Amino acid sequence: MHNKATVSSSAAPGAVQPAEEPHTEARRIVITAENLTKTYGDIAAVDGISFSVPAGEAFGLLGPNGAGKSTTMKMIGGVTRRTSGSLQIMGLDPDTHGPEVRAHLGVVPQQDNLDEELRVRDNLLVYGRYFGLPMSYLKPKADELLEFAQLTDKATSKVDALSGGMKRRLTIARSLINEPRILLLDEPTTGLDPQARHILWDRLFRLKEQGVTLILTTHYMDEAEQLCDRLVVVDKGRIMAEGSPAQLIREHSTREVVELRFGSARNATISSELDGIGERLEVLPDRVLIYAHDGEGALEKVASRGLRPLTSLVRRSSLEDVFLRLTGRSLVD
Amino acid sequence: MTERPATEALRAHSAETAAAKAKRWGAFYYAEQVLRVMKGYSWSIIMYSVGHPVAYLFAMGVGLAALVDAQGGGAFGGVGYVTFVAPALLVSAAVMTAANEFTFPVMDGFKWRRTYYGPHASPLTPQQIAAGQVMAVTLRFLLQSAVYFAAVALFGAAPGGWGWVTILVATLAGLSFGLPLMAYSASITEDKGQFALVMRFIVMPLFLFSGTFFPLDSLPLAVRWIGWISPIWHGTELGRVFSYGYQEPPLLTVLHVAVLVGFAVLGWFLTRRQFAARMAR
Repeated sequence: MHNKATVSSSAAPGAVQPAEEPHTEARRIVITAENLTKTYGDIAAVDGISFSVPAGEAFGLLGPNGAGKSTTMKMIGGVTRRTSGSLQIMGLDPDTHGPEVRAHLGVVPQQDNLDEELRVRDNLLVYGRYFGLPMSYLKPKADELLEFAQLTDKATSKVDALSGGMKRRLTIARSLINEPRILLLDEPTTGLDPQARHILWDRLFRLKEQGVTLILTTHYMDEAEQLCDRLVVVDKGRIMAEGSPAQLIREHSTREVVELRFGSARNATISSELDGIGERLEVLPDRVLIYAHDGEGALEKVASRGLRPLTSLVRRSSLEDVFLRLTGRSLVD
Repeated sequence: MTERPATEALRAHSAETAAAKAKRWGAFYYAEQVLRVMKGYSWSIIMYSVGHPVAYLFAMGVGLAALVDAQGGGAFGGVGYVTFVAPALLVSAAVMTAANEFTFPVMDGFKWRRTYYGPHASPLTPQQIAAGQVMAVTLRFLLQSAVYFAAVALFGAAPGGWGWVTILVATLAGLSFGLPLMAYSASITEDKGQFALVMRFIVMPLFLFSGTFFPLDSLPLAVRWIGWISPIWHGTELGRVFSYGYQEPPLLTVLHVAVLVGFAVLGWFLTRRQFAARMAR
């Protein structure tokens, strides 16, 4: 938690903090979902969600595993049919206009599905062919994208030989071969080391600056805070909250959080002694969290009651606090 | 697509154009990908395509044929043993290639490396992906059978001017066996060694009991049915008609074509359905 707090307060290289209210002017809506539902047998993977995304926005779907994020992405991507509700991508219904919808999109799936037997550059060329793009366009475009993905010196390597981060960047480069105006990214940085994540974030920011609409799922809160103008928190197939990261923090958490550790034996019994400090108290096995608008003030009150925590930390509230509050702390498998 | 700050030369055509082209040519685009991947193992394809006929024709034509022909060739419709066996070998080789190309690569596409799902996110449809793979493999059947036929001709085992038609017959037999197998492969979600079983308990018996090395009539009725349902038998008999003018009732020749085409069409129908259903999951 301490580390996360530090990471989320420092910007990715080349990154700009998302503006608090990015939608002052009316923009063209590129994705509209109304009551979107997908059931597998009796189980509703996506249970009547509604949202719309204007052009150029970075829109995030946050949620624990099994929340329905990937299923939603597959429906938007025009590869899985919905059970009910309506969905329009660039004004088209993906169930009836699958190829047309998919021609508008770039897709970065959760699992890389590169052609491991082909070389790095050939992966881009072959993929571009699926869009009917001519080689005269594809060859220079592939070089440009390899440069963008920092893979120029790997152009003739086999995909097998690439690291996880490189494969991910190649998948993103591949998704851009048709110059899509909408990019779908399903957990783009899962499994990557911090360096690789920061490089990826930087690349995604550049795309956003070029006006590409980004739809991404993640369960990394720092990633959502970095990248998303607006997001929905999804749990059990339903939308729990919607807004910009700053809005969500304002609405579902306090400005600051005080983290206190009294040792695991005392944490549980200390809550009565902390009563009345801050807006809300949360006792965890390893620490006690005080949600307060003024963290330092709350910490002073703790000291004035003669309590001496082993460690204490005052930090800004993060999206992670919102997320855990909305989706609960129990483990989701 | 107007606000992208890129050089003018580097401009993708519109999504509408991409969708229209993919709808029309999508299967060819995917075939191109399969052929590129095949290029990666072209050596093994070439070695197989050349090595298989040379080894078999040498063994049958020089080894076994010397013995068989010495007994008098009456059993084989008056032709030498190698002439009798050559169309069968050609057809069997295509069927065995089908047993490889329509099993593991399909599993690779759906499960192991999930290579179908990349193109599936593009404008291509599952049916086009299946069609593209079939087209690429068909090309392999044709080339491999042409090489095989050249070897057969060199061994002097294709008298008459219509022998080259066996190239097409073998390709048809490959599809006739391969497409139902492709539909089966596409239905497998967990690899429990099914493909090894297919090789051992389907491909091998078909190879041995399809009138390949001896006329089907010489088998007892109890196992003769294996030949009747076998694309190898129908392909082989048809191949013999073209290769050396084997005499059979014309209706039987029509039946061979009908059975081969029937299996292929049924297999293709099931494959399309299976691909569409599985990818939409």
